[in-house]
Amino acid sequence: MNTRIMKGEQNMQITGAELFVKALLAENVNTLFAYPGGQVIDLFDALYDTKELDVIVPRHEQGLVHAADGYARSTGKVGVCLVTSGPGATNLVTGIAAANYDSVPLVCFTGQVPTHLIGNDAFQEVDIVGITRSISKYAVTVRHREELAAAIKKAFCIARTGKPGVVVVDLPKDVQQAMGSDIYPDHVEIRGYKPNTTVHMGQIKKALNCLKQAKYPVFLLGGGVNIAHANEEMTALAEKTGIPVVTTIMGKGAVPTNHPLYVGNIGIHGSYAANMAISQCDLLFSIGVRFNDRITGKVSEFAEKAVIVHVDIDPASISRNIKVDIPIVADAKKAIMALLEKAESLDFSEWRSKIGEWKTQKPLGMEQQELFGVTPLAVIKKINEVFDQAIITTDVGQNQLWTTQFLEITDQKQMLTSGGLGTMGYGLPAALGASLGNPGKDVVAICGDGGVQMNIQEMATAVVYELPITICILNNGYLGNVRQWQEMFFQGRYSGTCLRYRRGCPEKCGTQNNSAAPAAGCPEYIPDFVSLAESYGAKAIRVQKYEEIESALREAKNTKKVPTVIEFIIEREANVLPMVSPGKSIDHMIMEVQTNEKKMY
Amino acid sequence: MKKRCISLLVENDIGVLARISGLFSGKSYNLDSLTVGTTEDTTISRMTITLTSDDQTFEQIKKQLNRSIEVIKVMDFTDMAVHMKELMFVKIHGCLEKDMVKITCIKEIFQVKLIDYNASNVLIESVQTEGRNNELIRLLEENFPGKLEIVRGGNVAIEAISISEK
Repeated sequence: MNTRIMKGEQNMQITGAELFVKALLAENVNTLFAYPGGQVIDLFDALYDTKELDVIVPRHEQGLVHAADGYARSTGKVGVCLVTSGPGATNLVTGIAAANYDSVPLVCFTGQVPTHLIGNDAFQEVDIVGITRSISKYAVTVRHREELAAAIKKAFCIARTGKPGVVVVDLPKDVQQAMGSDIYPDHVEIRGYKPNTTVHMGQIKKALNCLKQAKYPVFLLGGGVNIAHANEEMTALAEKTGIPVVTTIMGKGAVPTNHPLYVGNIGIHGSYAANMAISQCDLLFSIGVRFNDRITGKVSEFAEKAVIVHVDIDPASISRNIKVDIPIVADAKKAIMALLEKAESLDFSEWRSKIGEWKTQKPLGMEQQELFGVTPLAVIKKINEVFDQAIITTDVGQNQLWTTQFLEITDQKQMLTSGGLGTMGYGLPAALGASLGNPGKDVVAICGDGGVQMNIQEMATAVVYELPITICILNNGYLGNVRQWQEMFFQGRYSGTCLRYRRGCPEKCGTQNNSAAPAAGCPEYIPDFVSLAESYGAKAIRVQKYEEIESALREAKNTKKVPTVIEFIIEREANVLPMVSPGKSIDHMIMEVQTNEKKMY
Repeated sequence: MKKRCISLLVENDIGVLARISGLFSGKSYNLDSLTVGTTEDTTISRMTITLTSDDQTFEQIKKQLNRSIEVIKVMDFTDMAVHMKELMFVKIHGCLEKDMVKITCIKEIFQVKLIDYNASNVLIESVQTEGRNNELIRLLEENFPGKLEIVRGGNVAIEAISISEK
């Protein structure tokens, strides 16, 4: 790497790899999630002496990209990945889709075989640009050294502006090695990319006029409000107008969950009061939501009495699933600030007390009140108490749904979850990324026993980088969310969902209804999470009694430099309730499941 | 459902065609024809896409195209005055002497060209609107069942100046 040749005063000749490092520094990247391989050796070599960059090497590229995602979501910065060609690149695919779906800004650099070998089925060659085309915001192979600087600049610009997303930059080995200009531009013109940066005041006025006429208005806030960091302004707007707030899973925390105006989450597993409020409202003021099927239920009956206002940065999100009356294409923060300036104070106390009644009638977690011991509700309530300033990540499945129901979020707390793609295995690596991006802040991963095993190898990463994260495993020995569906809609036929299954199990173990063998006779769980965690050098605690929950969490919180795994042995067949009946409108909620006596672990 | 036409200016780069066609297949949008070629500016290609869809889907298609980084401009030609033509080759196999009379007659009516032939085969070149080419095919199929080989180029369109044809 000492082959620099001077060519004029300002234009030094450097390799593509050296320019890559220079570009990252110019983009203020200080943490790089990277995994070595044959086609990125030159880039790793250039990184070797770069002390300004913290190069994090996870144990698998999927863990790597989720970590970068957790880093990006929790810091608001662009997460940057570097992996090799072929399998290195394809291992990113799930994480790219997960991040892009939730509008997380990532730039993923993939090594590629030299340009003269592209298309030859060379060793570790894949068309990663082709593979990621439909799951990224933009993907490009840099074919010439002279295009490298602009390509990287473009990548960061596209990833972080407009509706943020993932950009894949594929770097053939010869481009990394070739000498060229050392200039990295401050600015790049992209003629096909003009994200909206203004707010149409005429539309804002129209929306506010609707507001004046409304009797039962609701704010529906999505991930867009959190991405725009408009939480303070949004809370102020809700307070000024007195309008109750419902959020999507991705929008949770848009206003603090303990705020008197906050109703709850909408959706398939939303709160009864939130779903009723949306169903009964006459003005649905939605900001930064996509109206996907998990929140709308039966589309034709969704908020059918309401005039719908929709603020979103992406015109393609507007009137796609739900017909919108007043579209406002804008950044959530800018729109909220414009609304805040012009909005008047209004009185909706009658409507609010109606919502309050629904809340009292059917509160969240009511079905778990009768259960004793280590219930998901009890665990998450204790997490609320013990971790008052923290970043919480979730995996996907029941653990995620319980968390989104019961977790309290204030301005000191944040929740990271794979909302759109629903990627199992997200929680643990995302927690690593969040911890790396927020040194000193508590980070808690809430996982299931299924999902945590999908990226369990990242335990090693947490240990070697001395990340004091708390990994909560809610262990019910099932892929619980699917099991719940099988219990409720498939006559208890637990096809493929028992994680304690072994070859020697009776054909019909009858864990449900027609008990042939008692659940208590199930084989031991594999792995033993406590020994597993300890073998990685992590601290590990198993919790089997209610009284142990808080002390375990406190011990984890007070542990420095080492991750702690807490395995909560929860009731095997606890359900996530309430739940909207499949295919029904969101006010048709199932509040309890009629089954035989619940079996304990 | 209605027949639509979009003219797109896109970056003349590797993979752009795949991005656009992938958008249609990935989102299950129906696509009738797609043509592409470079423009007076060699860094820009122009695509003409015809499709059949309802209003809501069509709005979504235009938005999705617009949000693609590689797309520079989306023009909706559906209700605009444009010139839109399609190149089509029709080869008629196994012609007999007496068939030439019919072929000559059809050629006159449709104003197409006979551009190649031998003792038993004839090649017709037709540059017409899509609808007119459909009519030509129908007529040829009636007269030469099982003997046709057809290649259609897809629609190419440009804004009209003072008269239009589509």
